[in-house]
Amino acid sequence: MSFTTHTGNRGLVLEEKLIFEQGEPGRTGVDLPKPAGIKSRLGGLDRDSDVGLPGLSEPQVVRHFTRLSQKNFGIDSGFFPLGSCTMKHNPRLNEKVARMPGLADLHPMQPESTVQGALELIDSCAHWLLVLTGMPAVSMSPAAGAQGELCGMMAIRAALDARGENRRRVLVPESAHGTNPATAAACGFTVDSIPATEDGRVDLAAFEAKLGDDVAGIMLTNPNTCGLFERDVRKIADLVHAAGGYFYCDGANFNAIVGRVRPADLGIDAMHINLHKTFSTPHGGGGPGSGPVVFSDALAPFAPIPYVVRKGEKFHLVETADEKDGNKPFGRLKGFHGQMGMFIRALSYMKSHGADGLRQASGDAVLNANYLLARLKDKLSVAFPGYCMHEALFDDDFLKDTGVSTLDLAKAIIDEGFHPMTMYFPLVVHGALLIEPTETETKESIDQFCDAVLALVAKAESGDAEFFKNAPYLTPRRRLDETAAARKPVLRWMPETA
Amino acid sequence: MRYLPLTKADRVSMLETIGAKSVDELYSDVPEGALLSEPVDLPHHLGELQVERDMAKLAAKNMGTASVPSFLGAGAYRHHVPATVDYIIQRGEFLTAYTPYQPEIAQGTLQYLFEFQTQVASITGMDVANASMWDGATSCAEAVLMACRATRRKKAVLSGGLHPHYREVTETYCQYSDTEVAGRDGHPEKQATADELDDLIDDQTACVVVQYPDVFGRIQDHTKLADACHAKGALLIVVFTEAMAFGAVKSPGSFGADIVCGEGQSIGNNLNYGGPYVGLFATTSKLVRQMPGRLCGETVDQDGKRGFVLTLSTREQHIRREKATSNICTNSGLCSLAFTVHMSLLGEDGYRGVATLNHETACKTADAIDAVPGAEVVNDSFFNEFTVKLAKPAAEVVEALVAKGILGGVPLSRLYPNRDDLDHYMLVAATETNTDEDIADLASALKEVLA
Repeated sequence: MSFTTHTGNRGLVLEEKLIFEQGEPGRTGVDLPKPAGIKSRLGGLDRDSDVGLPGLSEPQVVRHFTRLSQKNFGIDSGFFPLGSCTMKHNPRLNEKVARMPGLADLHPMQPESTVQGALELIDSCAHWLLVLTGMPAVSMSPAAGAQGELCGMMAIRAALDARGENRRRVLVPESAHGTNPATAAACGFTVDSIPATEDGRVDLAAFEAKLGDDVAGIMLTNPNTCGLFERDVRKIADLVHAAGGYFYCDGANFNAIVGRVRPADLGIDAMHINLHKTFSTPHGGGGPGSGPVVFSDALAPFAPIPYVVRKGEKFHLVETADEKDGNKPFGRLKGFHGQMGMFIRALSYMKSHGADGLRQASGDAVLNANYLLARLKDKLSVAFPGYCMHEALFDDDFLKDTGVSTLDLAKAIIDEGFHPMTMYFPLVVHGALLIEPTETETKESIDQFCDAVLALVAKAESGDAEFFKNAPYLTPRRRLDETAAARKPVLRWMPETA
Repeated sequence: MRYLPLTKADRVSMLETIGAKSVDELYSDVPEGALLSEPVDLPHHLGELQVERDMAKLAAKNMGTASVPSFLGAGAYRHHVPATVDYIIQRGEFLTAYTPYQPEIAQGTLQYLFEFQTQVASITGMDVANASMWDGATSCAEAVLMACRATRRKKAVLSGGLHPHYREVTETYCQYSDTEVAGRDGHPEKQATADELDDLIDDQTACVVVQYPDVFGRIQDHTKLADACHAKGALLIVVFTEAMAFGAVKSPGSFGADIVCGEGQSIGNNLNYGGPYVGLFATTSKLVRQMPGRLCGETVDQDGKRGFVLTLSTREQHIRREKATSNICTNSGLCSLAFTVHMSLLGEDGYRGVATLNHETACKTADAIDAVPGAEVVNDSFFNEFTVKLAKPAAEVVEALVAKGILGGVPLSRLYPNRDDLDHYMLVAATETNTDEDIADLASALKEVLA
């Protein structure tokens, strides 16, 4: 039965105005002591006009954000197989410990003597990352994966400068995430794209042909963005090293191999680890992330400040590039010492799993993805043959002649109560569907998803393209006009002018 | 393992469906010898109770700012965060969502980002703001790169009043893009004049970067500087480390700033020993397409209802790759939600009220310190942080105060390790969290230490 309500609300789906449309002068959500009336010392620059913020009481604010939350899909809501993003369960224990007094309330500029536990925690988190990757050094600074890439590539640039070499070309597979070429460009490198083979890996011959004495290195994601292990990874490492370059590994997909394969054994020089992927710190609607970078001996001296060193029983924070310890830091990446709140959560996650549990987690992630692949491969078109790692990649060949696109299918999946897979990435596959179930899903939830997708594919094949073109139907908002948003951008609320 | 739902029977039946003999077979692409057969050399899994106990032990080795009188600032500030903030950001629909790639089921995230952008634009006095950056220092660096793009010039002039970490991050970001970073050293007792930087601005200058209030706590009008920049075709970037200040002082937008960016931690976010924080970034309508980072915009859905989407993404790395305005991808989503919720609770009266309270507390603290022999507040103007000149080296004084259970300030030698002339200066910040008793404790401890 379809009808409209007086309020526009539909049962539990409530319409919610912007806070700016709800405010009343004189209302507030905080109670403060009365000012003492001390004469200001603001240099004569006292604010003399309104800021323009609305006044709301606490119950209004709680209701507002509760209603907004109900228009969101999270991992806690349901199956979220967004490929390459690793939407696994976020344990609440990690939230609890990150809020402990003595951790959450530490100021970054406290004297070292008052934060020995914090420095030990950073050192401990670093130790886990070093053992899991087999690498000799790690920088904990980077704020997110993309800044981790920047950290790794700047270290490469600094190492080349130290060698007195002006190598400026970086090889990047065409399947790479957009941050890779953007990062290389930010470090003053030029990007040279390497094609993929028929089986979704780096074309070794094409790669070899591109090597030369102007090549600074390669940025290779492994397992790669097609969800496949680069089986020639060691040859690639040997070749780039023989050519005088460095091997930057994008570790976004480390979750597929953690506890089973150490990147050090593959010949890498630098790799960032997204703590919000492999070690389950919450994605938070788009951050905060954290992207520590492990380094080989060749690059370790160039790691940025600050960093923690152990001196006997004490921990010391090196905050200046001038400290006489033989290192040559390329600079500083962030205001303070890295995403401490994320280190706490990641360490809590790693301790909870242990060496045995992390190994089980990667194995289950790969098992779940291959199970999903096996269940869908007869009806959907698999992009590349063979087993996958932690995610399964399909192209849109199976939708050919149905009039339904990858996007349309994704929108219909939303109505079925799932978050869709990643669409149209990687770019090397036409109409890509990248599905990553993660290890924290049950077989039942994967089965339910596969059953729903298979039913939708059958529906598409039956010729009901119109149904898909108009999906989703059951969401708080239907398809949104992104073209209009970009053509005349409205990026903030403005008071109605009379 | 409590987070892993597959049973042995599940695994057996799934392998059968796949047609593989073992999980190891799924890893058959891994080169010979690189596949480990045993767990690595790290402890095995632990229950919640044990993990919590281990973490509590580490926490207990620290002196938390909430447990002692604390007057630390220098780019991170302790404020009271209402209980509602933490409750909202722990709602799973916010905490466990991702970047709103599917707007139909992410209107919650998108609407608060739109509200966040409006709040940031309002407090800075600018036209538009983005959906957040990683922190204040990276925002500053990205602002400089943006100014270089917008002006097609390659020189940035940094004021001596800029936080040294912001300067370092900016220099790091610029070092491989042929961008020249010029500037002058600052000093807490040499009053920077409006034309301090005038002679450094030439027709190659992309931007001038000033901090407001500056790293020593001083508050200056930058209208003249904005005019000087614009006369040479350069942009004025105003950086801030204390977002609470704009409740008490005029907004940087009122000076004619082109980009205003800085640290938003103060509002809604814990100190967290330095991160995660939230970078705020605002600019003029004219420059919006040069902006780095994600932007949320208003639109309508196919039924004509108002909704929100990520927009202008042709600036971004996933579309533009090596030609993007920045390599930023994930930003500080949940920290920006904390900011938005806290700001919503404050509202006009609360924001300005708590700013006044900060200033008054700082005034009281300054007076109490000034009365201590051997300590002198050098600022003529300040918001909630000022510089104190001490009769003894500040680093020693700070350690001596710690011995008395007080986190008294940040010695400038920590920020400027190579500046011997700043050894006797200490930054002191006071916020609404400091009580009259805290102030009295600090003053009497300082008196003993300096005696």
